[in-house]
Amino acid sequence: MDDFHQSIDTANFHYDVDYKYDAGVGLNAQTIDYISDVKNDADWIREFRKTALAKFYEISLPEWVTYRNIYDLDFSTIRYYLANNRLPQTSWENVPQDVKMTFERLGVPEKERKFLAGVEAQFDSESAYLRMQEELNKQGVIFVNSTEGLNKFPEIFRKYFGTVVSIADNKFSALNSAVFSGGSFIYVPKNVQVKQPLQAYFRINAERFGQFERTLIIIDEGAEVTYLEGCTAPKFETSTLHSAVVEIVALKNAKIQYITVQNWSNNVFNLVTKRGVAYENAEIKWIDCNIGSCLTMKYPAIYLKGKYAKGEVLSIAVASDGQVQDTGAKMIHLADNTFSNIISKSVSFSGGTASYRGVVNIAKGLKGCKNNTVCDALLINPTSKTMTFPKINVTGNKNIVQHEASVSKISEEQIFYMQQRGIPESQAVSLSVNGFINDLVREFPMEYSIEMKRLIEMQTEKAIG
Amino acid sequence: MCALEIKNLKLSVNDNIILDGFSLKILPGEIHAFIGKNGVGKSSLTKAIAGHPAYKIQRGDIILDGENIIGKAPDKIARQGLFLAFQSPIELPGISLANFIRAAIQAKLPQGTPLNGVDFYKNLYAKMEILQIDKSFTSRPLNEGFSGGEKKRCEVLQMMMLEPKYAILDETDSGLDIDALKIVSNAVNAMRNSTFAAIIITHHNKLLEYIKPDFVHIISGGKIATSGGFELIDRLEKFGYEFINDENIL
Repeated sequence: MDDFHQSIDTANFHYDVDYKYDAGVGLNAQTIDYISDVKNDADWIREFRKTALAKFYEISLPEWVTYRNIYDLDFSTIRYYLANNRLPQTSWENVPQDVKMTFERLGVPEKERKFLAGVEAQFDSESAYLRMQEELNKQGVIFVNSTEGLNKFPEIFRKYFGTVVSIADNKFSALNSAVFSGGSFIYVPKNVQVKQPLQAYFRINAERFGQFERTLIIIDEGAEVTYLEGCTAPKFETSTLHSAVVEIVALKNAKIQYITVQNWSNNVFNLVTKRGVAYENAEIKWIDCNIGSCLTMKYPAIYLKGKYAKGEVLSIAVASDGQVQDTGAKMIHLADNTFSNIISKSVSFSGGTASYRGVVNIAKGLKGCKNNTVCDALLINPTSKTMTFPKINVTGNKNIVQHEASVSKISEEQIFYMQQRGIPESQAVSLSVNGFINDLVREFPMEYSIEMKRLIEMQTEKAIG
Repeated sequence: MCALEIKNLKLSVNDNIILDGFSLKILPGEIHAFIGKNGVGKSSLTKAIAGHPAYKIQRGDIILDGENIIGKAPDKIARQGLFLAFQSPIELPGISLANFIRAAIQAKLPQGTPLNGVDFYKNLYAKMEILQIDKSFTSRPLNEGFSGGEKKRCEVLQMMMLEPKYAILDETDSGLDIDALKIVSNAVNAMRNSTFAAIIITHHNKLLEYIKPDFVHIISGGKIATSGGFELIDRLEKFGYEFINDENIL
């Protein structure tokens, strides 16, 4: 029990931060100018932002969005830019004390603090701590925040920026394109294998403040990298919006794993656009775990553009009372002999809703393409909900597509059996839930899987009592 | 004070009366065998003792070491030292044998007491060797895809690991071949001491020949029809269950 309380507290803390730069509340052309002025944006970025703002107003929410709480989002009460003017840090000693305290409370393991050498930790809109690991420098790997990427590496940045996720992809990609700040820029040169995962910790720390990171990752031919992002957020009374855009370009023979653990507090809207392009024989793997937020809409996509390209989405969603996890995947096959794999597992507690929404598209005239989709849902309480919306478009007859779905609940007999061995009911349920998602949890690094286990215990405790 | 005592029990499932007027006292150190035709309520009784919510106790008491356990949560009854080896063990997808047993042992320890992982595995492997269960089973989801015999051996393994004061073995011998039957019987016999009591439910005399219970009870008509020693088995062999209605034989 003590453990659970500690975990709950961990997600509820909040420190005072002196926000030096603040774009105020609401969104209009002046907001954009303010952001561009403060960030000293190049003209083309300022233009890009303005075009995006127009698109944001133009595009409406998709018709299939039936979750009423999204209409509670009032764009005029959100703060779109906030920076504490903390320049990126180069050494641990220079990291401000309150940021260190944040890491302390987040329970960043000691071992990992040492790893912070290679970590970019975003504190509000700007990176509070950023230090390039020497090894990365030696290998020519660029791992900076997106503003720095834009300023220091304009050629490569401009070449790929906005090419994977277009401004008009959806309403929230347009919003992000208009007001983005923070996020990572990564470039891995040809044939470089980055051994240590690149990690970014970030969290929201201001009320009514939308966080709009923009991440761009380019893996050059034959290179390999793993990127990790995990977020926890303090709890606030009014809604906050998190709307990130992530773009990945995996060139020929490149490999990337992008791992996310999302645990925003339950008043955060998490509306994220993640897309990757895989060229010939390249591999992109999105590994995604969504536990927090009141509404998550996230459908990582992979465009399999070169032959023999491979795309995978492995996702875990946990929806508790009042939460909607609307997640899925999009696999767009655009070349012969491309392979995609989707494994989605969701757990719904109490009145939580978890949906799988997927698209598998195999373009006309292609051959030798394969897709495998498995979505399994576990319902804990009678009020829990799950839905599946698969969309499969295959033209041509030389391809293989497979879709499996299951819905299960933990039987009373299973609970009784476990209880008979002395295990209390709520623990029996969390053992079963952990058992259900176990094969996917193994894909996450150790610290993350331990944290997920703890979070699931907390949710079970709440749902079963 | 130390005893498992069932007093004048009336038990129903889905409004069907299963037992009525069932009484028995089991003391530490004793092994009791229950025999009776299919459907006389032996398994129902075990589930009721273990606290299964579907089994409704209409009347009577179940006293475990001086405390009435009717209405108590099954996990609390289990932690008080009652173990049930299930007739049909339940499959637990995703929960490995080792993790499950570990969680069960941990649940018995006072809050915050760490369980030494090395000692746990040493103990587990030693018991698995006695029961001739392959080590690879530790990481397999419990009972999932196990054969009938493997499931039963794993029930006995759990009993040995949890060291209950009172164990109920519900047809643990069914599904076991003769060699496995010997292994399981030896394991149960090895647990016999002055603080361990057991109820053994079976349809086969072989198990009872190996375990040699102190008492044999024939259950019929919702209660214990007759009790005795091992000699009851011989009579049953000779005359079948009809003999309990025949006063000449009794």
